[in-house]
Amino acid sequence: MTGQALLEVEDLRVDLSVNGRSFPAVQDVSFSIRRGETFGLVGESGCGKSITALALIGLLRNPLSIAGGSIRFHGQELLDLSPGGLRKLRGSRISMIFQEPMTALNPLSPVGRQIAEMFVLHKGANWSEAERQAVEALARVRVPAPERRVKDYPHQLSGGMRQRVMIAMALACGPDLLLADEPTTALDVTVQAEILDLIRELSAAQGTAVLMISHDLGLIANMCQNVGVMYAGRLIEQRAADSIFLTPRHPYTQGLVASLPLLGARSKFGRKKLKEIEGVVPPVVAFPPGCRFNPRCHAATDLCRAEDPVVTPLPDSGLVRCHYHD
Amino acid sequence: MISFVLRRLLQMVPIILAIAAVIFLMFSVIPGTFVSSMNDDGRSVIDAEVASRINKEFGLDDPVYVRFGKYVGQLATLDLGTSFRTRQPVTTVLADRMWPTAQLAFASMLFAIVFGVPLGFIAALRPGSWIDTISMVSAVSGLSLPKFWLGLMLMYVFALVLGWLPSFGYGDGSIRYLILPSIALGVAPMALLARTTRAAVLEIMNADFVRTARAKGMSEARMVRWHLTRNASVIVITTIGLQFGTVIGQAVVVEKLFAWPGLGSLLVDSVTLRDIPVVQGAILVIVLFFLLINTLVDVVCAIIDPRIKYT
Repeated sequence: MTGQALLEVEDLRVDLSVNGRSFPAVQDVSFSIRRGETFGLVGESGCGKSITALALIGLLRNPLSIAGGSIRFHGQELLDLSPGGLRKLRGSRISMIFQEPMTALNPLSPVGRQIAEMFVLHKGANWSEAERQAVEALARVRVPAPERRVKDYPHQLSGGMRQRVMIAMALACGPDLLLADEPTTALDVTVQAEILDLIRELSAAQGTAVLMISHDLGLIANMCQNVGVMYAGRLIEQRAADSIFLTPRHPYTQGLVASLPLLGARSKFGRKKLKEIEGVVPPVVAFPPGCRFNPRCHAATDLCRAEDPVVTPLPDSGLVRCHYHD
Repeated sequence: MISFVLRRLLQMVPIILAIAAVIFLMFSVIPGTFVSSMNDDGRSVIDAEVASRINKEFGLDDPVYVRFGKYVGQLATLDLGTSFRTRQPVTTVLADRMWPTAQLAFASMLFAIVFGVPLGFIAALRPGSWIDTISMVSAVSGLSLPKFWLGLMLMYVFALVLGWLPSFGYGDGSIRYLILPSIALGVAPMALLARTTRAAVLEIMNADFVRTARAKGMSEARMVRWHLTRNASVIVITTIGLQFGTVIGQAVVVEKLFAWPGLGSLLVDSVTLRDIPVVQGAILVIVLFFLLINTLVDVVCAIIDPRIKYT
């Protein structure tokens, strides 16, 4: 890893408490993001990606809570910060965009005002000044006629426009880190590309690092320099984006890559069914013993069923959590 | 906006006509007439000749459809007929009784709002706390207390034992006379409002946009002021409007108990005496009041919530 680390996450553990018992929803998660880097977090639904992001920004709510580990941001331990101190970072230094832009915006408040709140909260602006800056913020995310759109309510905008509003809001104060939790999942394919371009362009211009969460491997390959693959609350492989898709080492990553449709594959290899990984992610309360992937792994042995694999470094400076990584 | 209000007011006309028809037909089917009710009080027996003269005077010997036709014709000119009992125009009788009932309804709703909404709000901000438990237990008790029992208890404690307030009547119309009946009538809607407010606030606390507000670095107090209050108020205001209707309906019991000279006690007396024009008039006024309040609520909600269209 080169460059200075902006965010360092070490052995993060998030517990889910059910009837007084704790289960690890996220466990042993360590990764770091450099300034200006885009780091991708992939995995199926329910593997702990969003929980990890919410933990970083201190927004976990009952029954989820951070149970251990360390989150350092600019070298500062976030878990030691008071709620008030963490709140000051939220929105100004670390901000987040969510998957569903309809429900993530307040339906009863004009979008301009919702953006303006950022300037009032973090820049000490008064409302009229903040409203003016909101127009500029909307213009930066290329919303046409921003001076009219600021008066619109969320239901009057399309999904893509709403997500642009979310981005304008998240980037309003020039944060160092943007957590993008499946920002394009709820959008049309054509709009997806526009939104991703916008995130890429604006984060590059502001030097903002991005944690991009998605289950879409193509998107991650396109956007990110480094990729972490999560399965059942753990990072199981962590590599540079250009190598992980060419030579995936963990059977789960291999399965994910193999399940990607390939353009032109039919004329080259003939008609074939797309590969799938059979089974589903186990629920947090019922992780299997040994490697958590073993019930779905085609190469599982008795060792995998008995013993939890440890993280092993790879020659290309990547990391993998598998007994049979080579 | 103005055309929205006008349209809503126009929509009330067919509703009122339908209700007038239902009341009219109901009272022509149920047994007992004005004349028979005079026999019922046991003091005198009306002889047949007088009875037929009375029936003729009030047109009670006409067939139902003729009487209904006349009634609708009168309604069109805003004439509600003449009271059988006092021979005054019904409009005059109602005018005297409307103000006390309106006073009672507004005072009890004011009581319900002032105590119920903050109670539910505080309970929702601290779910599971002792404040939450106490307020919800008292809310359930408030809903299940019978009004006449509660009224009697209030009279006993505050009028008889403590002697702070008058026990019944309208008196000189001062606020002292209004307090006990308003509380007796307002406790149930207060309890319901507390519960509705709590549920509305709790629901919005879990909304995605509240998570967004937190992600923006907003303090809880700001989040409540900027986002939560406005969104919760739509639900709370709608409940207030519906509770107004219930309060006016239940005012009958409380007015009777406290000898409050309102529409409710007038209605009870007039039903007993089969003074049909007064009964019909009183019910129409209550319906009209209910419709007006709910139109007002719809307008307020449309102002708060931009997703509601002015149609």
